[in-house]
Amino acid sequence: MLKAAMRTLAAAATAATLAFPAEAKPVEAKPVEAKPVETRQGPDISHFTLANGLEVVVIPDHRVPVVTHMIWYRVGAADEQRGKSGIAHFLEHLMFKGTEANPAGVFSSIVAEVGGQENAFTSNDYTSYFQRVARDELETMMRLEADRMTGLQLTDEVVLPERDVVLEERRMRTDNDPAAQLGEEMASSLFRNHPYGVPVIGWEQEIKALGRQDALAFYRRFYTPNNAILVVAGDVAADEVRTLAERTYGKIAPRAEVAPRVRPAEPPPRASRVVTLADPRVAQPSIQRQYLVPSYSRAAPREAEALDVLAHVLGGGQTSRLHRKLVVDRKLATSASAWYHGSAYDETRFGVWASPRPDVSLDDLEAAIDAVLADLIETGISDDELVRAKTRLVAETVYAQDSQTALARIYGVALTTGSSIEDVRAWPDRVKAVSAAEVQAAARKWLDMRRAVTGRLVKAPPPGEKRS
Amino acid sequence: MTRLHALGRRLGAPLAAALSLTLMPVTLMPLTAMTLALVSEADAETATRIERVVSPGGIKAWLVREPAVPLIALEFAVTGGSTQDAPSKAGTANLVSGLLDEGAGDLDSAAFQDRLDAKAIELRFSASRDHLSGSLKTLAENRDEAFGLLALAVNAPRFDAEPVERVRQQVLAIIRRKSTNPNAMSSEAWWAAAFPGHVYGRPVEGTAETVTAIGPEDLRAFVGRVLARDTLKIAVVGDIDAATLAPLLDKVFGRLPATGQRLDVADAAPQGLGQRLVIDVDVPQTVLTFGWPGLKRDDPDFVPAYVLNHILGGGTFSSRFYREVREKRGLAYSVYSYLMPLDHAGLMIGRVSTRNDRAAESLAVIEGEIARLAKEGPSAEELDKAKKYLIGSYALRFDTSGKIAGQLLQIQLDDLGIDYIHRRNGLMAAVTIEDVRRAAARLLHGKLLVSAAGRPVGLAQPAGGGGQGG
Repeated sequence: MLKAAMRTLAAAATAATLAFPAEAKPVEAKPVEAKPVETRQGPDISHFTLANGLEVVVIPDHRVPVVTHMIWYRVGAADEQRGKSGIAHFLEHLMFKGTEANPAGVFSSIVAEVGGQENAFTSNDYTSYFQRVARDELETMMRLEADRMTGLQLTDEVVLPERDVVLEERRMRTDNDPAAQLGEEMASSLFRNHPYGVPVIGWEQEIKALGRQDALAFYRRFYTPNNAILVVAGDVAADEVRTLAERTYGKIAPRAEVAPRVRPAEPPPRASRVVTLADPRVAQPSIQRQYLVPSYSRAAPREAEALDVLAHVLGGGQTSRLHRKLVVDRKLATSASAWYHGSAYDETRFGVWASPRPDVSLDDLEAAIDAVLADLIETGISDDELVRAKTRLVAETVYAQDSQTALARIYGVALTTGSSIEDVRAWPDRVKAVSAAEVQAAARKWLDMRRAVTGRLVKAPPPGEKRS
Repeated sequence: MTRLHALGRRLGAPLAAALSLTLMPVTLMPLTAMTLALVSEADAETATRIERVVSPGGIKAWLVREPAVPLIALEFAVTGGSTQDAPSKAGTANLVSGLLDEGAGDLDSAAFQDRLDAKAIELRFSASRDHLSGSLKTLAENRDEAFGLLALAVNAPRFDAEPVERVRQQVLAIIRRKSTNPNAMSSEAWWAAAFPGHVYGRPVEGTAETVTAIGPEDLRAFVGRVLARDTLKIAVVGDIDAATLAPLLDKVFGRLPATGQRLDVADAAPQGLGQRLVIDVDVPQTVLTFGWPGLKRDDPDFVPAYVLNHILGGGTFSSRFYREVREKRGLAYSVYSYLMPLDHAGLMIGRVSTRNDRAAESLAVIEGEIARLAKEGPSAEELDKAKKYLIGSYALRFDTSGKIAGQLLQIQLDDLGIDYIHRRNGLMAAVTIEDVRRAAARLLHGKLLVSAAGRPVGLAQPAGGGGQGG
């Protein structure tokens, strides 16, 4: 249970992400920012657009008679109006409250009766709803999902208790957890102007002020077939999906024009920032650094791929530099890692993280991290490191083929964050083309303190000792 | 994937992702809670493809050959997790699981990890209360290397001083984090109160004191006593056939001792029913763990009990807990219950997280629903819907190689038979309302052991409970 415990605790120690429904293994390794991935079935993937603007992606997987049906909207928390934080996520919850044709509970009840699983999720850039059902139930799911694309009905009777649910969700994820609070603070320091600095779940006082009209206004503006992508993975053929989609989603007239997704951009960053969160409940401190970097949709050619390779070389496991230097050789940290969140519509984050051994100060640990980064920027990476990172990244694309739900997610994320089907397919080839020099150049260019926020999670004395 | 890789992702990814929030929480149920894994008629196809492979050396495995994706997944387990820890060295099994991939044979930790990483082979070990398990995932083209490394890890772990100390420090960091985490505090207090003096009452990770006391000789002794062929169960899924697998099974497992030398573990039932423990921690939301006696997996009423739990607090939008606690009253984002059949105890456990000033109300609603279900039983419609869901969703447990392997392993651990996948939905379909009422009569007495971490308001000790604060 060591690994499970580490994953669980680590998850608890952060802002939480979480993807799949209850039957999923305790925590998924990489739920949200699934990388674009090529699949061996790549040539079989179909992609077309209905007359009303709905994009459709079909990913065949005939191993079991099951389908994953997902509808993705190109809207997320970063598309919210200022002061209304949390409305994208709140609406996602309210989408389960029924329509005129299918009143509250009917959709979920049908899903349950056919042995299906359902859930929904909201991020900065997308909102998605899905069901996993026997293949014969696909049309029913499409009919019901199409119905709630425009037919949602809301009353205060259901809206207000659900707002309490969301507030409990925020308490669970953030208010009960100092590490998650630090995560919020770091994001709002890194993104001073861009809405990625606002938590997806929203600020508490703004959630409390959200109501039925806010949800409906957001719904009418963004939930329209011309702002949505249907992804069906599983035991189906593209022709069949097209026929069913025409018969269901195809009947919905576009109800809003989709404006270009232009969010307030970050001005050039100039100052290194430090955010410290001190709480009496921090029993194990940690330090991390986040850099403002380009995402796949904003990067120059092969730059995002180079950042993925860089993250692996720096902190992708036990052979990585941070682990070898900080954890094994210098015995300063209990754990150390690096990550790159490439799947974002706008400028995004690259991070490093480490947790000190007892009696090691965060200052010393930070200096050691900086030394590892400086060395990499100065001398680059070895060919061996480059090959290993590529092997790992490409292997993950094969592992992803084993799960229709993972594939559906990968394509949904790609299409809602500014990438194309072709980008996903060609991703392994682009990774293979990355050179060591490009990785070094990316490190030099982007791992710049002026672009960074350093976060320190430290133990505060118990309140009694501080209060007067 | 290595442990730290996974850890890094858990720690880093959410921060990176600015998170995606789900409608329904992903409940962190132990796998044993999902024992009833099983398949629909539609999926009999998969079931019929299970082959029983016996190696020349007599190692048995269940295999599903699936050449569509070029990977191989292997899962195995032996009896004996933290139940086999000496009390003064609690956490030994857990530490072993963290060290089996940290050097073996003539490869030290770094060399071993390099070999895994070079071929993107994912090797993980874990310890639960009752089992030590391993999981291997590899591209089919790297099959021989992957099985070779697994064989080294299983047969010749080194437990060198450096990795032992390093992984010990990681475990100690986890223990420190858990010491102030309300979820962990609530859960650990529950287990300690439910099983005083029994190994189930101790955290699998041990305590700072016991983990510090564990030496390499303890780790070696543990492996020598527990990692043996007598309770070994193996499941393999992927692009490999029986003829290829058989000799590899011998290579990995053939040299293990024929029988383990395990400590006896007494059967136990949860104590402290009626108590409400409050673990004071300054957070706005109280985490409540509640539980009471359940059934072991071989109990004739286990399947009806599983249906009963689905109706009460199972993982869909239709459970009574979900409707009454979350949907109607907005008391929680997350509320659920599950059956936890351990080898030596049967449990039913639930969890809810509610703001401090409404925690008592949450618990009252939960207790009311348990009492109501005990008294009235489910409606015919409710039972029908529950069965339809449980039968129809069985196939969803079999849609990836890793999930299939996990199911095949669990069915073996539960000793349900290789035909269980065929039989399971029939067993579910046969459950009558009398069966569920009988299960309710056995399970829903209304006396819970409750542990609350937070600053709950008005969560007083019920009369006659006799519990203590924590």
